[in-house]
Formats: sequence, structure tokens, C-alpha cells
Amino acid sequence: MNFGLTEEQELLHSEARKFLEEQSPLDEVRRTTSNPEGYCPKQWKTIAELGWTGLVIGEKYGGAGLGWIDLIVVLEETGRALFPSPLISTLIAGSTIADFASDAQKERWLPGLASGDEIGALALLDDASAPALGAAKPRATRDGDAFRVSGTRLHVIDAPNATSILIAFTDDTDALHLAYVPAATAGITVEPRETVDRTRRIGHVTLANLRVAPEDVLASGDDAQRVLESTLDRGAVATTAEILGAGTAIHAMTVQYAKDRVQFGSAIGRYQGVKHPLAEMYVDLESIRSLLYYAAWAIEEKPEDAPLAASRAKAFATEAFTDIGVGAIQLHGAVGYTEEYDVQLYLKRSKWARPAFGDEIHHLERVARLGGL
Amino acid sequence: MDFHYTAEEEAFREEVRAFIAEHNIPEDEHEDPDALEGWHQALIAKKWIGFSWPKEAGGGGGSLIEQFILKEEMSEARAPALGSDFMGLTWVGPALINHGTEEQKQRWLPDLLNCRSIWCTGYSEPDSGSDLASLKTRAVREGDEYIVTGQKIWTTLAHKAQWIFMLVRTESADRYGGITCVLIDMKSPGIEVNPIPNLVGDHSFNQVFFNEVRVPVANRLGDEGQGWRVVMGALANERTGISESTTMVQQLDRLKDLARRATRGGRPALEDPEVRRQIARFDCRISAMRLNGMRHLTHQLKGELPGTETSVNKWLRGPLEIEMHDLALGLLGPEAVEPGDWQRTSLVFHGTVIGGGSPNIQRNIIGERILGLPKD
Ligand SMILES: Cc1cc2nc3c(=O)[nH]c(=O)nc-3n(C[C@H](O)[C@H](O)[C@H](O)COP(=O)(O)OP(=O)(O)OC[C@H]3O[C@@H](n4cnc5c(N)ncnc54)[C@H](O)[C@@H]3O)c2cc1C
Repeated sequence: MNFGLTEEQELLHSEARKFLEEQSPLDEVRRTTSNPEGYCPKQWKTIAELGWTGLVIGEKYGGAGLGWIDLIVVLEETGRALFPSPLISTLIAGSTIADFASDAQKERWLPGLASGDEIGALALLDDASAPALGAAKPRATRDGDAFRVSGTRLHVIDAPNATSILIAFTDDTDALHLAYVPAATAGITVEPRETVDRTRRIGHVTLANLRVAPEDVLASGDDAQRVLESTLDRGAVATTAEILGAGTAIHAMTVQYAKDRVQFGSAIGRYQGVKHPLAEMYVDLESIRSLLYYAAWAIEEKPEDAPLAASRAKAFATEAFTDIGVGAIQLHGAVGYTEEYDVQLYLKRSKWARPAFGDEIHHLERVARLGGL
Repeated sequence: MDFHYTAEEEAFREEVRAFIAEHNIPEDEHEDPDALEGWHQALIAKKWIGFSWPKEAGGGGGSLIEQFILKEEMSEARAPALGSDFMGLTWVGPALINHGTEEQKQRWLPDLLNCRSIWCTGYSEPDSGSDLASLKTRAVREGDEYIVTGQKIWTTLAHKAQWIFMLVRTESADRYGGITCVLIDMKSPGIEVNPIPNLVGDHSFNQVFFNEVRVPVANRLGDEGQGWRVVMGALANERTGISESTTMVQQLDRLKDLARRATRGGRPALEDPEVRRQIARFDCRISAMRLNGMRHLTHQLKGELPGTETSVNKWLRGPLEIEMHDLALGLLGPEAVEPGDWQRTSLVFHGTVIGGGSPNIQRNIIGERILGLPKD
């Protein structure tokens, strides 16, 4: 048993941090997010060249052939930097296809996802408290050996930039199917939506009589259920990694502020009304890290543990990050309420992260159920 | 990152399970001296008491991972404790191993490992609780002896212990450097132990008076003035011991059992989503404690000694105890006014949360020593 990162992972970690500190400091993030697409295509190309988009895709398909621990190491840093990019969606799409798709589908999609030419999105949920069970679940009818799918998915992360999309739908026998389709297909429209966290882009995805060919279908029936669940677990774990990075960053900013800001003749960090909440945030971040590492490990090494581990991590992280966001602003006083000060960017990220891949209501219920209640 | 166990570790787990199948005693016999004696002898034969201590010290030479497996398996089987002397085995023994001379190890470790001694711990004094370094019990050197005079309080098991692991002041001007650790025979003339009944109604802790008690200098652990260093390590071990996730996992199982039987507003309590969420939150936090502990173990495997990180789980336990008992008593409804298991532990936990350093002190340690915020 070993809870540590390898030397290579430590290196990946520090390289990712260095790259983001140099190439994407927060003032750059602010500039980038005022672009309509919300990310910088040039930087996207660079991170693809660094191998980030293909982290968990096999070398055979142009990826780096690394694992989920490497992936969360990078995502902790993109979270810390609030790096605006469709990386999470693209990574999860690649990870799911790499693990569950047919050889032909891997040939078709993985090289593009690894090189960053392809940007993924996951149109799987529209109710954060009950993912995959939303009312607007797309339904399909048969059209020869293909399907015709109609329905809507709301608030799909990275949809406005996606070139290909993972969709889930049920047929007339209520069997579930998962398919990966080009975004530029007749029958798919994406309506970009405003976001509170401008470093994130979302859109409503409407499928109208979309033709899904047999070769687009990744999994059907019980298989599809399993792949869907695993994909959502991956999303939850990836989001938790970004929460860890972002939470650590806002905590560090607040600790620094508590050391610098003097009131009543001493640094405010001396007062327990400031010190103790900062200590509690630290404990929460340590706990998120522990829960996250185990969940990421389980995805590859002990899949039977992954659902419970992922839900524990995301549930805990969601609630803690929400509190950290609120607490950090308060501990900054009025300056935390300004547009100029960066803490607010992290507060907004906490609002984005809460429903992403299932909110605490969903994940806590899952923890209860998987824990035998 | 690797949470797999090696083949040897898995084999060890099987060995533990086989042992449990043969020797475990039912929970209602955990207090029965004869049954416990048999249990202890079986453990001693296996060298599973002090299992991770080095062989030279008489320990089992087991790895920290094996120790972890041993504890988890024992807890899962609801087996009695690994030995009869929690304090002695959790911090006195390790302190002896880290700071003791060969002679001292020879003198005290065998009894510890063979369940032939009980230790108590003399840190707190009437005016020195959280502010432990302000302690005043004096030790004045006279030839080969210290003459110890003063008062300790809240001393758990002082009425049963043969030995006290104790902090005294050898130098009044130097707050930290004036503190020395001595090991005192509780039968020494001049020691008086008075019980302090606790709120549960049990006799667990005491006042202990020292009136010119003569203590051989040979009983000093570490150098004169090194007591603070010794106690920092001992407190880290105490905090780890108090915050074992295994205890909390057992408590969570008990809570789930209760919730399965309980009703709320005439409906099964488990149909109430808020009850389910509360239990799930406990589950997440206890799971975090367990994994935090494993992460700290990784540091120790690399040779680091337990330190301030032990305050993380110590802090986590406090609110968990309070909230879990709050839910449990709520689920019991009117039955909560009668004596019972939950009612009892809902009183006991108050001591556990304060002992080893209160929650405020844990947050001070994290804030000041880990985050580097100014001391108050
Ligand atoms: C069940 C039990 C068993 C014990 N067994 C032993 C034992 O075997 N040996 C032994 O030596 N001691 C023992 N203790 C004593 C224990 O270590 C002390 O109770 C503990 O350190 C707190 O000290 P105190 O009780 O004097 O409280 P105080 O230090 O007086 O604290 C009172 C309150 O003030 C708060 N407080 C104090 N200082 C600060 C500060 N700087 N900032 C914020 N809040 C502060 C505390 O958090 C607490 O809530 C035991 C205690 C209990 C409850």
C-alpha cells in the first residue's frame, strides 16, 4: 500500500503548475473568458502537445498512455489555475471510449481526442440531483438498423465548443443506449447558455430526429447502464480533482490575506474567529485529497469500489467547496466582494462545481444506498 | 498510488482471520477477566501486542501495513482490544523505544508487551490543561534522585496503574526547556490518588498528589529539559490512537442498525431523505478519516515520525461524535430518556473529545503550526 505520487507524477504535477502559472495566470484567464468561445484555442493546442488531452488514451492512438492518478494530478492544477478549457469533457469522453468502445470506434475517435482536434462533451444529465433520470431523457425509435433520437439535455458542460458528443437515450423497449456522435450532425443543436463562472461554458443540447447509426452506438442495455454509471463516476472524480485544486488555491489566498491584513494591532489570522475556519478548511481539503486519490485509483484498479468511492469524494468535496467559497469571501471582508479581487472567481467556480456530475443530494443518496441503507 | 495489498499482506490477513475464528470472545464477555486473560495470552504468543515495534524491543517486527490490517480485522470482528493497556501501548512504549536507554527498555517493555503492567499519564494539572507547558509540578535533583512535589489531575487509571508517565518541571525560568519526562512507580511513598467521579458515573480519572516523592534519576526518559520533545511525539501517538477510524466505523454500523429499526412520524426513518443524507455524510467523513490515516501511514513508512498532521483526524472526530449522537438520540425518540448504549456513549464521548487536546487546541495547532498563522 502506498498513498504517494511517483516521481514521474510529481514531475507532471510541477510541470503542469509551472506551465499554468506562466501561460495562464488569472489576469490571462479573465481575458480569455471574455472571448465568446471561453477558452484560448492556441493554449488548447499547447496543452494537447503537452499530452494532457490524451493523458489516459493509449499510445497506439496518439495518447500518453497514463492513468487516472496522472489525470487528477493535472486536473488539480487546472482547477487551481481556473484554466478555462474543455479539458474535463474531452478527457472523460476519451477515457470512456478507451475503456468501453469497440476497436473501430477507438480508431475513429481516440486519435482526434488525444490530439485535441476533437473536443468532447457529455450530454448525459439534466437534473443534478437525479442524473440520467431527468424528465427530458431523449427517446429513440427504430429506423432500420439505426435509431432516430429526440430529446433535450440541459446545461451540458462544454457543449458550445464540442465537436463530438456522448449521448444517452432509451428505445421503445426502455433499453438504454450510449452513442458518440459528431456534433455537426443534422438533428443536433446547441444553445449556448450564460454561466456565472465565466471560466466554464455550457449549453442546452437538443436532439431532433437525430439519426444514430449502429456504428455510433457504444453500448446498449445493461452494458450501457454500466458505461453510463462509470462515465458519470469519472466525471465526478475529475470534477473533484478540480475542486481540490481550486479549493486549495482560494484557501492559500485567504491564509495569506489573514497573515497580511492587520486589524486591532495584529494580523487577523491571530484571531481564532479567523484561524479556526481556516484550520477547518485545511482539514476539509486534506480529506478531499484522500477521498479523491482513492476514488481515482479505484476507477482503474478496483472498479467495484469506484461508485461508492466516487460518490463519497464528490459529495464531500461539493459541500466543503461550497463552504470554503463562502468562508473565504467573508474572511476577506469587503475586498472579497470586489470584482477585482480574485477570490470571487473561485467562489463562482464552487457554484459551477456543485451540480457538475451530480450534486450532493445525488451523491449522498448514492452513498446511503451503496452503504446498505 | 497503490492500495493493493501484497500477497504476503493478504496471507497475513488470512492468518488474522483464522486467529479470530479460533480465539475471539463475544462482546458481552469483553470485561470478563478470565476470558480476557485467554485472549491476551493468545495475542502474546503471536507477538501481536506491540506488533509493529522492532524485534529488538521485544515487539513483533510487523510492518505498519500489517499493523493496520491487524487493527481493521480485529475491529471488523468486534474483537477485544489488542492488549490491556491502551495508554502504555499507544504512547508510553513508543516513547521508550524512541527515547529510552537500553536498560529502560529492558525494564519496562516486557511487562507492557505481556499485559503485566498498566500505565497512566501525568500531564494535566489544575492550572495547566490546554496550556500544558505551564505545568508546575517540581522535580529537584538531589544526588541520584529527583524530589517531586506537585499535583496532577484528570489522571485516567491512576487508581489502577503501576507506573505513571509524567511531566515535571526541572527548571522554572525556561517554559519548554524546563520540562522533563520521568517514569514514576505509583507505589512510591508520598503519592496520593483521589478519585474524581465522571459524569457518566464511572471512576475513570483521578487527582494525584506528589509530596516529596523520590524518583531515581535512572527513571528519567530522555535528557533533562527534553520532556517537551518526548511529549510531542507521545501526543501525536495519543491523537492517532484516539482517532482510529475503526472505532468510528463501528459506531457508523451501530447507527445504521438503529436507523433501520427506527421510525419517524410513524414511517420508517430510512424513508426520510434527510436521515439518509445525514448518515451518508458521516460515512463520507469517516471514510476520509480512514484514508487520511492511511496517507499519514505512507509518510511514516518513509521514515517520518507522527506529528502535527495527527490533529486533522483528532479534529474530525469531535464534531462527528456530537452529530452522530445527536441523530441517534433523535432516532430513539422518547426512549432516549431511559438508560441504554447510545445514551451511555452520548455521555462518554464528551471526555474523548476533550482528552488529548480539545477541538480548539487542534485548530490552533493546524492554524499555527501547519498554516503558519501567528500565535495567539
Ligand atoms: C476523559 C478525560 C481523560 C483525561 N485523561 C487524562 C490523563 O490521563 N492524563 C492527563 O494528563 N490529562 C488527562 N485529561 C486532561 C485533558 O488533557 C485536558 O482536559 C485537556 O487538555 C483540556 O484541559 P482543561 O480540561 O484544563 O481545559 P482548559 O484548558 O481549561 O480549557 C477549557 C476550555 O477552554 C478552551 N481553551 C483553552 N485554551 C484555549 C485557547 N488558547 N484557545 C481557545 N480555546 C481555548 C478549551 O478548548 C476548552 O473548551 C483527560 C481529560 C478527559 C476529559
